Amino acid sequence: MSMIGLAADSAVAIAERRRNKPGRGVYSGRSRVALERNLMAFRSSNWIIVLSGFVEPLFYLMAFGFGIGQLIGGVTDGSGHPVSYAAFIAPALLATSAMNGAIYDSTWNVFFKMHFAKLYETMLATSLGPLDVAVGEISWALLRGLVYAIGFMAVMAPLGLIPSWWALLAIPGAVLIAFGFASFGMAITSYLKTFHQMNWINFFMLPMFLFSGTFYPLNIYPEWIQSVIQALPLWHAIQLERGFMLGNIDSSIGWHIAYFLVMIVAGLFFTTRRLTALFIK
Amino acid sequence: MIVARGLRKVYGDFVAVDGIDFEVRKGEAFGLLGPNGAGKSTTMKMIASVSKRTGGELTILGLDPNKRGPEIRAHLGVVPQQDNLDRELKVHENLFAYGRFFGLSRKFLKTKVEELLEFAQLTEKRNAKAEELSGGMKRRLTIARGLVNEPEILMLDEPTTGLDPQARHILWDRLFRLKEQGVTLVITTHYMDEAEQLCDRLIVMDKGKIMAEGSPADLIKRFASKEVLEVRFGSSKNIEIAEQIFHLGHRTEVLPDRILIYSENGEEDLQAILKLGLEPVTSLVRRSSLEDVFLRLTGRTLVE
Ligand SMILES: Nc1ncnc2c1ncn2[C@@H]1O[C@H](COP(=O)(O)OP(=O)(O)OP(=O)(O)O)[C@@H](O)[C@H]1O
Ligand SMILES: [Mg+2]
Repeated sequence: MSMIGLAADSAVAIAERRRNKPGRGVYSGRSRVALERNLMAFRSSNWIIVLSGFVEPLFYLMAFGFGIGQLIGGVTDGSGHPVSYAAFIAPALLATSAMNGAIYDSTWNVFFKMHFAKLYETMLATSLGPLDVAVGEISWALLRGLVYAIGFMAVMAPLGLIPSWWALLAIPGAVLIAFGFASFGMAITSYLKTFHQMNWINFFMLPMFLFSGTFYPLNIYPEWIQSVIQALPLWHAIQLERGFMLGNIDSSIGWHIAYFLVMIVAGLFFTTRRLTALFIK
Repeated sequence: MIVARGLRKVYGDFVAVDGIDFEVRKGEAFGLLGPNGAGKSTTMKMIASVSKRTGGELTILGLDPNKRGPEIRAHLGVVPQQDNLDRELKVHENLFAYGRFFGLSRKFLKTKVEELLEFAQLTEKRNAKAEELSGGMKRRLTIARGLVNEPEILMLDEPTTGLDPQARHILWDRLFRLKEQGVTLVITTHYMDEAEQLCDRLIVMDKGKIMAEGSPADLIKRFASKEVLEVRFGSSKNIEIAEQIFHLGHRTEVLPDRILIYSENGEEDLQAILKLGLEPVTSLVRRSSLEDVFLRLTGRTLVE
């Protein structure tokens, strides 16, 4: 059997094509292969766990939107229009769906792959660079976020919670949200060393979900609490999706988008830096 | 192919590799020997461009691993000391995914994976999860995986640890053939017979430093005598009797269970011992081996 050089496109030829590209020490332009690997592993993974992350926001929608919604009737949205309670919380739950999907993969799964499966160590022994790994893993987490969000939309439509075609913008919105959370989640996870520290992520996520203007408008809080919440990513996510779904498109949307763009770039930067420090030390 | 000058690696304030110089030439099999903690794996990782050197110079194929990591790694096949297979993937998927990490095409990998499964004798286990394999099978899969990109330099960190004798011999045979095809091998091992069989040249390391360098035959010539006479008098008497036979051979070593006499002619020395009226319980004359060199260089108390 032939061992060297006979492959039409050898590993060396492939790597050398990037010889003069910037960032050649950290990136080989092949983050998709990390996605492929995840898809392979996913085919034989536990579907119940996957499904549970998706149905959770649905249960909230049923219990709060249609249960409690019966009691309180309607609310007014950001621009003063009256909307049904279910229509008010549905975009928030959509944003939460995207976040859950992205966080699920980018935190606990990444933690496992990093410290127990030694997957990144294996990947970085090949001609992949740390940025390939970071982008690949984040895209995978993003994909799950997107799938959850689309699934949620599919349930909302027959319930009459999608009022206009504008609402379709909520899907690219969900991509942005999932991307931001995936990127940031992976960056944070890459700095954590113990299960104990990982639990802090959960500890932080629940209150953020409950208090980010998810179930009622923010203005019932005193000013200072409002400011704190407005600094949190889920609040921006919810405002963005609520704006799209209810058709309130104004300049504040730009800020929410900018918030997530910063989150994405910062997450990618710190993840790459950390992976380099951890595995090419 | 690989040039190291004053290569150093420091972890915190612990010096793992302490300024070593060596060169690996194209097509040769180069061995790194040394006791546990000598710095072999650390050196291997620096060559594999997954560990940054603290000081000194290192080039692989003329490239600096600090700057050209991915490019260098495309030329290398790496078999780490600890298997790091992808536990979530099946056996054949492990090979396939690893090939994809190098950017190799699916078409190429389809045949390559079959070939490597055959090589690792895991064709029947192709659909098992990697974590379900036995220790030796995991090792074989890790070795096969290191070949997926048809590397020019193959880095093997204790490749045969955990393999049964059959698998070991098959691997040796396979490594010989790779060498014939011009693949450069860098090997660490604790099996001296393996080093003697496989390596054209080797270095013996201890505490991060190089103790000796040369071909196995050359090292044996330099650091050991032609033959070794091993005699046992029973553990209580060894020390006492050793005093009477110190003059024999070049060097005598007293171990708890036996006395070793390094000499040019073991049979002659044995006759001399018998002439003194001493009666060893057992005696054995053998050729010196790399193991004798290793023990001499890296310590076991020696009495000259
Ligand atoms: N990541 C690390 N952090 C701190 N110290 C390390 C690290 N890796 C290795 N060392 C230390 O460096 C020294 C050399 O280790 P290395 O793994 O290179 O030894 P080795 O020659 O491969 O030994 P063995 O035969 O047991 O595999 C050891 O004392 C080890 O404790
Ligand atoms: Mg080692």
